[in-house]
Amino acid sequence: MGIKWDRFFITGDPLILGSQIAILLTMIGIVVLVSYLKKWKWLWTEWLTTVDHKRIGIMYILVGVLMFFRGGIDGLLMKAQTATPDGQLLDAQHYNEVFTTHGVVMILFMAMPFLIGIMNVIVPLQIGARDVAFPQLNALSFWLTFSGAMLFNISFVIGGSPDAGWTAYFPLAGKEFSPGIGNNFYAVAIQIAGIGTLMTGINFIVTILKMRAKGMTLMKMPMFSWTSFVTSIIIAASFPILTVALALMTFDRIFGTHFFTLSGGGMDMMWVNLFWLWGHPEVYIVVLPAFGMFSEVISTFSRKTLFGYKSMVGSIVGIAILSMLVWVHHFFTMGAGPGVNSIFSITTMMIAIPTGVKMFNWLFTMRKGRIQFTTAMLWALAFVPCFLIGGITGVMLAMGAADYQYHNTLFLVAHFHYVLIPGVVFAVFAGLYYWWPKMFGHMLNEKLGKLHFWLFVIGFNMTFMPMFFLGLNGAVRRAYTYSAESGFGPLMLVSAIGAGILAIGFAFFCYNIYWSARYADRNISSDPWDARTLEWATASPVQFYNFAKIPEVTSLDAFWYMKKKNKGLKFSNDELEEIHMPSNSGLPFIMSIVFGISGFLLVFEWKIAALVAALGILICLAIRSFDYNDGYHVPVDEIKEIEYGWQNKEKGVEKHVN
Amino acid sequence: MFKKNHLAPLLALLPVLLLSGCDSNMVVFEPKGPVAREILGLINWSLVFMLLIVVVVFGLFGYIVWKYRARPDNKDYEPPEEHGSTKLEIIWTAIPILIVIALTIPTVNTIYKLEKVPEGYENKKPITINVTSADWKWIFSYPEQGIETVNYVNIPVGTPVKFKLTSAGTMQSFWVPALGGQKYTMNKMETQLYLVADHPGEYLGKNTNFNGKGYADMEFTVESKSQQAFDKWVKDVKKTAPKLTEKKYIDLLKPTHLGRLTFSNNHLAWVNHGDMNSKTYTFPELYRNHDYPGQIFKQPDNQKNKAGKTDDKSMDMNMKMDGHSNGGEHNGH
Ligand code: HEM
Ligand SMILES: [Cu+2]
Repeated sequence: MGIKWDRFFITGDPLILGSQIAILLTMIGIVVLVSYLKKWKWLWTEWLTTVDHKRIGIMYILVGVLMFFRGGIDGLLMKAQTATPDGQLLDAQHYNEVFTTHGVVMILFMAMPFLIGIMNVIVPLQIGARDVAFPQLNALSFWLTFSGAMLFNISFVIGGSPDAGWTAYFPLAGKEFSPGIGNNFYAVAIQIAGIGTLMTGINFIVTILKMRAKGMTLMKMPMFSWTSFVTSIIIAASFPILTVALALMTFDRIFGTHFFTLSGGGMDMMWVNLFWLWGHPEVYIVVLPAFGMFSEVISTFSRKTLFGYKSMVGSIVGIAILSMLVWVHHFFTMGAGPGVNSIFSITTMMIAIPTGVKMFNWLFTMRKGRIQFTTAMLWALAFVPCFLIGGITGVMLAMGAADYQYHNTLFLVAHFHYVLIPGVVFAVFAGLYYWWPKMFGHMLNEKLGKLHFWLFVIGFNMTFMPMFFLGLNGAVRRAYTYSAESGFGPLMLVSAIGAGILAIGFAFFCYNIYWSARYADRNISSDPWDARTLEWATASPVQFYNFAKIPEVTSLDAFWYMKKKNKGLKFSNDELEEIHMPSNSGLPFIMSIVFGISGFLLVFEWKIAALVAALGILICLAIRSFDYNDGYHVPVDEIKEIEYGWQNKEKGVEKHVN
Repeated sequence: MFKKNHLAPLLALLPVLLLSGCDSNMVVFEPKGPVAREILGLINWSLVFMLLIVVVVFGLFGYIVWKYRARPDNKDYEPPEEHGSTKLEIIWTAIPILIVIALTIPTVNTIYKLEKVPEGYENKKPITINVTSADWKWIFSYPEQGIETVNYVNIPVGTPVKFKLTSAGTMQSFWVPALGGQKYTMNKMETQLYLVADHPGEYLGKNTNFNGKGYADMEFTVESKSQQAFDKWVKDVKKTAPKLTEKKYIDLLKPTHLGRLTFSNNHLAWVNHGDMNSKTYTFPELYRNHDYPGQIFKQPDNQKNKAGKTDDKSMDMNMKMDGHSNGGEHNGH
């Protein structure tokens, strides 16, 4: 086959060698640990084959945490390299690989899994459903995301990392200028994960449309479910574009077609257009669920219903529509002509209008409230000023003519981190602190949480605020080094120190997870925050069938009014019926492994082998279509027992909230 | 409990810092020509509104968070049920709309202006310079003067310069922040940019669009000289600089880092990369990296192949090999 074994592993770089050893040791460690604890069977039956939306959600979140590590280390490496002029830590090639993988990992394998994970855990609970519409498809979505993430992540030790930026612009990303296989990882791994995401989008559209509890009309749906719904629609509308673009890229790179190449009449600008036709909606895919989480958190901890619910719904729908109409703002400088640039400047600035409406609605939700500074709420509060800075600099960038001076500088890098970190990372932290008891039955420690919060927020501002000024002083993005004469040194150093502080903040989060898992009080109320929506109407952690009896909804903030009117909270035993639940299945897991193997072979351009492996996918599909298992029934007695277990305990509420 | 309230003023400081940029020495705020000045006018106009927004929202935020914070003495306070207010919601929809309109009009205006010779210079005859970006250098051709420079460009002060931009390979972006905004250079495509320097001096130009390993070094200098000095320089170049041959030019296009070069003729004689049907020059073998080598495909219209260079044969072989080929022949370049 002409395999070049000597080129298979990346060699010659001490950092990479270190990682290779670390990865090997970790893998051996995991295998030894699981075997020692005799947990293989447990791992298989409880997790790898599960179709329970809550467990799938938790696995997504776990992937998010791991990938935040990976992407964060990439970020720190970059900051260390550019901390001083003429830094020597990374060479140009290595820096290029690092910012490419950082961008891809952060957006596709950190932000997306975190958000989809929280959506998975919470949305069915919020709308009073027992699972998502297609549980097994949901498992497949997760495992494909996982498989894509793993394939992408091995690239830096096996085969070589992609190095053409997370945007992978042609012709640079084509074979003419990147003849190694590094960029194949980009084309194939993102494709696999993207298929998973697309299926999630479809799954949640159906779930939210068809499976809401009785009485919950669309306009009585909690805000997080609304944003998840709109996000799912954007996913279904935009991910097919990515699928096609990546397929064409794969053809160009592996089969020698000429869609985007220089020679043979390719159109490099076509890639740029397709990429951003997906890429801009993608940033709203990650930011809208975050908006939803902030809405829930702000409303709960202000003890008030969301201000202007209808205009909130209107603005997310508006944002979703506009998000499809602005992609050209990523390349005003391509010279498309003043008419085009003017139109896209205007559509882009128009997004500021619904976003402004949301901002004010959040502020007025807090007005006349009683604001409790829990860690979750702190994240939501810090979001407001930080995201505002991201937003106004976004409007500045939207002004086509001014963008000619900001484009591709560190000003832009600062802007999108000011949008993505408050808009996604703060939101995820807020959501995790808020919903942790729902997922695990104990809270995260508030003291550690506050340390985490302050270090992270201060570190974040210190890292990215200087970049605005560096950009205005002419510092371009993606440059691995700069000279002392450029005068960028001092601010770059401040920024690097900020990144260190931010990293310490994240370390406190990880420690908090560990600490709370070991020592946190397990005897807590199922509704520790005195919250407003249905997910708090059932046990924490949630029993596998979610609700013994599906609650009936009469208004927004359904659970709040159930508590207030003391209606619908309890039910008598003879109201209980058998519950129909889906069975576990190993097929999604196996199928995604086949996907991963086939993808790996394709990345190395062993086409026939990849094709043979891909047959496995068809076989899995065939097996699935002859699968007549339609689940099982939970007997009433079992339900009674479980319900008795959590409903009749005295649990302190007050002492956990300060 | 009031820790949170240190954050608001702290953050409020940041945009003030941002604004104080106006009188610092950041290149975008120190324009050296009418184009950059025009853009700066727009930027400053937008900053006024941004400051306004920041002050209002931060103020409101600080006020609300402070006033309605939970205190031990308001433990029994039960917030009112309040679902919204049509009046307020209309207000905060209308104000952003007005701000967007206030920003849109000058933006569109400036976008159109930047496509033309800057105001006040319409009567001055522009000079044309063809810019060709290659990995990793900038090539400047003077069609009227018949000379060519690499990595530096001299222009007459106070004269509008019409830069015709194209690329011999990857997509790049031509930017001289002191003189004006940037524009992409693309192969088989021509974009245009007018710039004027109204003071003599040296300005740094860069590529802002990532194009591989040598990207960070893709800088050039623009030197604006008096008309006499410029003419004298052209004359000197004509007399003393070496001639560029096609073969040497192809070498120029290979991925290298070069210092300044000067030639007494220019490459437009045999190729203009901005032309839709111009020849393609690519050198995939020269871009091998530490990653696993992938297959390199034959490029039907590649100039180098047509010229019957040595690689032709191995590329044909590549095409004939089975599906597991990985183009290893090209190793070791
Ligand atoms: C954890 C803290 C983070 C640090 C220290 C960090 C740092 C950086 C740096 C230094 C760059 C490259 C600047 C350049 O040379 O052009 C960068 C690029 C980028 N970052 Fe981050 N970042 C962080 C978090 C994030 C997050 C949370 C996201 C997304 C959700 C993100 C998305 C991106 C993207 C998309 C790019 C562009 C990559 C490219 O140029 O292809 N980053 N980041
Ligand atoms: Cu965009």
